[in-house]
Amino acid sequence: MTKPTDKVKENRESSSGKTNISRRDLLKMAGIGGAGLLLGGAGIGALMKSKDGGSVFASSSPADGYHEAIPFYGDHQAGVTTPAQDFVVFASFDLTAASVDEVRKLFQDWTAASAIMAQGGMIGDDNDNLNVPPSDTGEAAGLQPSKTTLTFGVGPSFFDSRYGLADRKPAELAELPSFGGDALRPEWVGGDIGVQACANDMQVAFRAIRNLARIARGKATLRWTQEGFQRTSGSDPQGGTARNLMGFKDGTGNPDVNDAAKMNEVVWTQSGDGPSWMAGGSYMVVRRIRIRVEVWDRSTLGDQEATFGRHRASGAPLSGKDEFDKIDLERKDEKGKPAIPMNAHIRVAREDNVQILRRSYSYSSGLDTRTGQLDAGLLFIAYNRNVAKQFIPMQRRLAQSDALNEYIEHNGSALFACFPGVKEGGYIGDTLF
Amino acid sequence: MKTKLAFAALALSMSVVFAGCSSDKEKETADTSANAQTAGSEASVDDKLKDVLEQYRQFSIEQSDQLIVETEKFAEAVKGGDLEAARALYAPTRMYYERIEPIAEALGNFDPDIDAREGDVDDAQWRGFHRIEKGLWVDNKTAGTEEFADRLLSDVKSLRALMETVKVDIPMLTTGAVELLNEVSSSKVTGEEELYSRTDLYDFVANVEGAKKIYELLKPELAAQDADLEKNIGEKFTALEGLLAKYKSGEGYVAFTELKEEDTRALSQALDALAEPLSQMGKAIGV
Repeated sequence: MTKPTDKVKENRESSSGKTNISRRDLLKMAGIGGAGLLLGGAGIGALMKSKDGGSVFASSSPADGYHEAIPFYGDHQAGVTTPAQDFVVFASFDLTAASVDEVRKLFQDWTAASAIMAQGGMIGDDNDNLNVPPSDTGEAAGLQPSKTTLTFGVGPSFFDSRYGLADRKPAELAELPSFGGDALRPEWVGGDIGVQACANDMQVAFRAIRNLARIARGKATLRWTQEGFQRTSGSDPQGGTARNLMGFKDGTGNPDVNDAAKMNEVVWTQSGDGPSWMAGGSYMVVRRIRIRVEVWDRSTLGDQEATFGRHRASGAPLSGKDEFDKIDLERKDEKGKPAIPMNAHIRVAREDNVQILRRSYSYSSGLDTRTGQLDAGLLFIAYNRNVAKQFIPMQRRLAQSDALNEYIEHNGSALFACFPGVKEGGYIGDTLF
Repeated sequence: MKTKLAFAALALSMSVVFAGCSSDKEKETADTSANAQTAGSEASVDDKLKDVLEQYRQFSIEQSDQLIVETEKFAEAVKGGDLEAARALYAPTRMYYERIEPIAEALGNFDPDIDAREGDVDDAQWRGFHRIEKGLWVDNKTAGTEEFADRLLSDVKSLRALMETVKVDIPMLTTGAVELLNEVSSSKVTGEEELYSRTDLYDFVANVEGAKKIYELLKPELAAQDADLEKNIGEKFTALEGLLAKYKSGEGYVAFTELKEEDTRALSQALDALAEPLSQMGKAIGV
């Protein structure tokens, strides 16, 4: 199995408090933040002209760190500002541990396993005794780390009376209010602990959650899980904004993860925001949003574009021509109507200019057996510093007037307070308990 | 049944030998098994815990003795045409088998003969408990199952005879305890074991009791080697037994159909919570 290499060490040294940005990530962000600011110091390849005249970076897979390790330890948890890997396995756990000591032990064991899995290593030292079950489940043996990140948070119910932690619960970590049009199903709601496992290899991501669940046996049980995907980097070497299952580019409006000040403003909880144990953490919102695929597919392109407020092909706002053209909400079309309709998704989402960091994936979970229709949609994951000031007002507005509501249904929901990063020698949640 | 066969093969490879084998032959079996690399330590663990092995041997013989006694009563009821009595005896009788199932499975072809469910074997070959179960609960009569009752009794007697010869080793116990819980996990907790009688919980309880017997016998050694693990397993047995106790009804247990999805999920999760540390027993005692 891959041992930490010099390259890995170098990553670790350079990563304290800073996000490592690979070549491919740069490609993805080039559009988001504007290519200019990325050129200094990044040591990347030459620019080349794309067909439509825009500047993009040349792609070459061996150098882009696609399979490299992302250190588990750091000032912030990995998997938040880390540019989204190709796959996610999200898992919500309920604690069954008898005491807070057992919970701590679980988090310590998870920490050790997570650090190993992030490096692509094998868990435990019992992987060759024929008479006992192997300590690692084995499906990632010999595989690259594939940018595995494991991001841990705790839900509101973590702070109920069971473990004596009620007085440390952040006020921001209340249950999410019900939003208009919510059709939540109990099997996809809540949880004491949320874990986002991401990797550029689905098998590697699954292995992470499987081993965490195994380590948790007797202390926590899986409450629900959801796998997600996006187009892989191989299919989109230029690393453009990914499309969701409605065919539209999704994530164009995300804040620039390379802008540390912006991340402090939008994503990371600051000291003074709430309980000190959350400083450097973030609130993770998870929503399982089913897309009524069959209905969407029989809507006209005009209706689809009016629903999003963007052109499907280019991703440009209806007020402009290129994907990253500024969204001009005032612009009128030739008939004098708003170019971006009043209930278009992008207008409603950004009306009062609140930002969140979205890290969503598509999901496909077979069929809805009641109807025979596809159960597919968006595993919406977003990070924000203050859920009451960011996600909740935004979602409230969307639930009221977003044209997309005709085609989607929120059927899963959870909120987790994600801890600050773990220092080597420490453990997940050590600032809390 | 699939997992049963896998276990049987494993156990056989681990030195299940019969009367008449010389001690040299025994050694050869162990050395040529897949466990050759640990054969040395295996032998020493078996030696160190030979009292445990003897006690387990006695336990399995007691259970198979009782299985004969109860199967005789059951067969009598079936052949006497007493449907109610036969139905009442069916599940409690099976429990003696379910407690020692891994041993029975290690003894050749007994498991399919005694415990095959419909479809596990060719219809022409199908006999045993579940064949009679179908008669009692689907056809609602004893008539037609008499010959199967006779075969069952002769099968459990043959099983008992071979029990005398089985050589149990420690890996067989540590693996067998987990195997008993895996049996529950794969068929009993999903209600696939007793499709007609709905007495799955009897089998569930008996499998857990069989696993607990092994744990209790190994407990002193386990406590000496890994006290935390020993304590953890004990607590998880208690938790699972507490859950199962909720479904007691008279002398027995409620029908599987009375369990709701959240009940089976809780049982399944308590079972997994027990089986995972239980699967570490072998490592702790150094097999």
